Amino acid sequence: MMAYIIRRVLYAIPILIGVNLITFVLFFFVNTPDDMARMHLGEKRVTQEAVEKWKEERGYDRPMIYNNEADGIKTLTDTIFFDKSVKLFAFDFGQSDDGRNIAHDISQRMWPSLAIALPTLLVGLLVNITLAMLLAFFRATYIDITGVVLGVVLMSISSLFYIIGGQFLMSKLWHLMPISGYDTGIDAFKFLILPVIIGVIGGIGSGTRWYRTIFLEEINKDYVRTSRAKGLSELKVLFKHVLKNAMIPILTGVVVVIPLLFIGSLVTEAFFAIPGLGSYTIDAINHQDFSIVRAMVFLGSVLYIIGLIMTDISYTLVDPRIRLE
Amino acid sequence: MSGTLTNRVFGWTSFTAFGLLLLTACDGRPWNNPYPLKDDGSNILYSEFSERPKHLDPVRSYVSNEYEILAQIYEPVVQYHYLKRPYQLATLTATDIPQPRYLDSNQQPLPPDVDVSQIAYSVYDIEIKPGIRYQPHPAFARDEQGRFRYHQLSDEQLSNIYTLADFAHTGSRELVAADYVYQIKRLAHPRLHSPIFGVMTDYIVGLQDYADTLQKTHAQRKVDTPDRTPYIDLHKLDLAGVKEVDKYRYQITIKGKYPQFVYWLAMPFFAPMPAEAERFYLQPGLVEKNITLDWFPVGTGPYMLTENNPNLKMVLQRNPNFHGELYPQEGDPGDREAGLLRDAGKPLPFIDKVVYNLEKELIPYWNKFLQGYYDISSISSDSFDQAIQFTGEGEATLTDSMREKGINLLTAVQTSVWFYGFNMQDKLVGGDSERARKLRQAIAIAIDIEEFISIFANGRGIPAQGPIPPGIFGHTEGEQGINPYVYNWVDGRPQRKSIADAKRLLAEAGYANGRDEKTGKPLLLYFDTAMPGPDAKAFLNWLRKQFQKINVQLVIRNTDFNRFQEKVRKGTAQIFRWGWNADYPDPENFLFLLYGPNKKVLNNGENGANYDSPVFNRLFEQMKTMENGPQRKVIIDQMLEVLRRDSPWVFSHFPKGFSLYHSWYANVKPNLMANNTLKYKRIEPGLREQKRHEWNQPVLLPLLVIVVVLLLMILPGVLTYIRKEHHSNNRSAV
Repeated sequence: MMAYIIRRVLYAIPILIGVNLITFVLFFFVNTPDDMARMHLGEKRVTQEAVEKWKEERGYDRPMIYNNEADGIKTLTDTIFFDKSVKLFAFDFGQSDDGRNIAHDISQRMWPSLAIALPTLLVGLLVNITLAMLLAFFRATYIDITGVVLGVVLMSISSLFYIIGGQFLMSKLWHLMPISGYDTGIDAFKFLILPVIIGVIGGIGSGTRWYRTIFLEEINKDYVRTSRAKGLSELKVLFKHVLKNAMIPILTGVVVVIPLLFIGSLVTEAFFAIPGLGSYTIDAINHQDFSIVRAMVFLGSVLYIIGLIMTDISYTLVDPRIRLE
Repeated sequence: MSGTLTNRVFGWTSFTAFGLLLLTACDGRPWNNPYPLKDDGSNILYSEFSERPKHLDPVRSYVSNEYEILAQIYEPVVQYHYLKRPYQLATLTATDIPQPRYLDSNQQPLPPDVDVSQIAYSVYDIEIKPGIRYQPHPAFARDEQGRFRYHQLSDEQLSNIYTLADFAHTGSRELVAADYVYQIKRLAHPRLHSPIFGVMTDYIVGLQDYADTLQKTHAQRKVDTPDRTPYIDLHKLDLAGVKEVDKYRYQITIKGKYPQFVYWLAMPFFAPMPAEAERFYLQPGLVEKNITLDWFPVGTGPYMLTENNPNLKMVLQRNPNFHGELYPQEGDPGDREAGLLRDAGKPLPFIDKVVYNLEKELIPYWNKFLQGYYDISSISSDSFDQAIQFTGEGEATLTDSMREKGINLLTAVQTSVWFYGFNMQDKLVGGDSERARKLRQAIAIAIDIEEFISIFANGRGIPAQGPIPPGIFGHTEGEQGINPYVYNWVDGRPQRKSIADAKRLLAEAGYANGRDEKTGKPLLLYFDTAMPGPDAKAFLNWLRKQFQKINVQLVIRNTDFNRFQEKVRKGTAQIFRWGWNADYPDPENFLFLLYGPNKKVLNNGENGANYDSPVFNRLFEQMKTMENGPQRKVIIDQMLEVLRRDSPWVFSHFPKGFSLYHSWYANVKPNLMANNTLKYKRIEPGLREQKRHEWNQPVLLPLLVIVVVLLLMILPGVLTYIRKEHHSNNRSAV
């Protein structure tokens, strides 16, 4: 298995270089270093001299990807791309274009993102699996049909609607919890209830339907028939045998997203004023801060790759038949 | 089995209901209160910010949301009087309002009324009050031997430092004239990119040379210490035009005569900066933890920034070392009746702490204001109808629901102007020909600004008759103040000229019925903009229709903001929309936007229309150096006449700011020039607490209904399960 993991890690390097290159090209296709300088220096009374100084100070005065005027290896290394990319591979994110330490910002902002995403994932998983089990249990009855229809309805509603509706009902109308905000420590709890509830409800439709399909596929297999024949109750069959065997597809969906929980959710964080990484990325795009954008894209790619590797490893844990070679 | 399940369900329901009841009974505090329990009833003002400030270094900051924080901390030598209008300067740390004395090219004194052409230099001698002290700050902390405790931070010391509050010791010292000198020198620092450096090199003697010296030193230091941000002791490098005279006096020498310079002295760019602070913050360990001067200001003002988490909240707290200041004893007529002099003579500030919370979305912000968790609020388009109604006379008043809550409305015409600019270098709409002028005048009539204000600004604005907003010297009300090329004076108010007039002008310009007389082709004009979103679409459709009224086709060239700016900069835009917010209350700060040498193209100035009229330029140069008075007014009127006739802009409107505040918030008077007004404001925390309780009682009934509905939904399933299991058991038994 170790050889497999090493191979996967090595595969990740060209992927990350590619992602970084695409981010670089896309970003600078839309924004020139001059644009970035003007965005940072403001709109009033900005002189070209100030723009040039800003670029020089931050290394944006060099050629983009290929330096015609340099010799040898410097044609590639004395460029914005090389200068801004190479340190990423050592996880040195450097400073944002307005001078803040990006690694420090990320370390501060990933916790609020995680504080929302993790409970939403866990509670959502519990609720969705339970509901899906019930629908599978009552398969082909009016309860199943109603559940499926409700699931489709819930899936069809925009997440924004859940957020605004939730804030309106729970906070504005019924005054049950703060409408938005965040705090550290135990005080964060009251701010997390509403976004987590909304996140869970928003995911019930798709989650329940997905797991229901998985369970229904399992429920018709021979071992289930055998279990029933042994005289086990339907609940035992479902929760003890079917659930265990349905873990592989469930893990596929869940483990891969675990690392990405750090990245946060843009809409939820914006509406609930949660200072997470989702809003950090969007703010950086709006402020044309390339240093943060590339760092966040890089981090996202790394976490996604980690998620995929973790998924593969988790297969071996839940299914002894699988060997990673 | 059935009984067990029913018992379980009942048990959970009882548990939930009990939990809810328990929570209710806890402290009687509203459940939706977002603030900590310990802050209940405290003298704290709650406000918000939607975007983190980019800079809090006074030499870099040039944006209003940054000034909102900065101005409470840093103290320039002068400030704007809080109550008096028109805007006038008052002393802050200076003993007197700085007055210039004039010198000729040989540095010989000149009388105050000398002709401007003889003035080579203006010298401002500024004296500050003694005994003013900085806020407590670790940068000033010294050990028993008198050495700075934290200027050489070791790795061990740094390992326990995450915020400024983690420093065990703080210190302070007296404000001295050298701190003001130091800050002016920072304007030229290549690392800091001060936005006004370019402007100030035109005035402050020797600033450009100083910048060149600094640039060389900075470059050398970067080579010498590549792993850290280089520190340069600016005290050791002399700036010709700015000198420390003694402990409390300093001198600024500027080129020629520039009466508006004193207004610059009221801005944070000219606030004092202790060199210790810069030295302290430039330590690499602190920079890595984002503890920088750009994030943690050090000042002498009534407040100090004790918490700066731009991702969550910023907290200002009363500065224990504040030198003291009294609430103004006099104001404008009507201020006393409005209760604005109730606190006259009382020591400032009134509020102990100000918490700015991050609110990215308007809906939560607005709802929190209505719940009493914010003390003040702006009014977005979404909530406008909920808050404001217009009387038959067109006067904006609060709706009944707002009045019931005791909410107050504050309106003020901003010292800003919006306009549609014609690129005067464009072959079609630009130039000095009669044809182009009439085309521009026709368009100025066709664009119905009154309709725009009504539809897109909810009535929040007044149509502009020129570039100078109300409240600024040079603005004229009434018939004398209208733009006669666009308006007629009818029944005591300006009335936009008819579309027939616009069409006549268009025909005289050679475009009868919107067609070029020479070629017969339809007249096609281009509007360059960077407006995304559905709101923009409605506006752009409206604008297109304005041009259609005179049979002119308008093509919208919508692009991103960068490209749009580039077009204006390079002079490839044809018609565009732009605005300007005053730096200081002087007509020069608006009229310079049309001064030829300030053209955007080539000169990269603020004259985006690239208007360059010799007559206007000459008058501007004359007006610029004059003191306010009848003579200056005559010249301004002449300039306005030139502008209105040439129409390089379609004067759009002066925006009107509407804001709401609760009944517990006092001493509120709009002051569009001063940013340090927080110290004058007062709140009544007791009343606020009472209202919060009143408005935010938890409503539990819907929750119980939801629980019951869920139970009713589950019940058939439970019964089916029981039946199924029962059936299965029976079959097994058989």
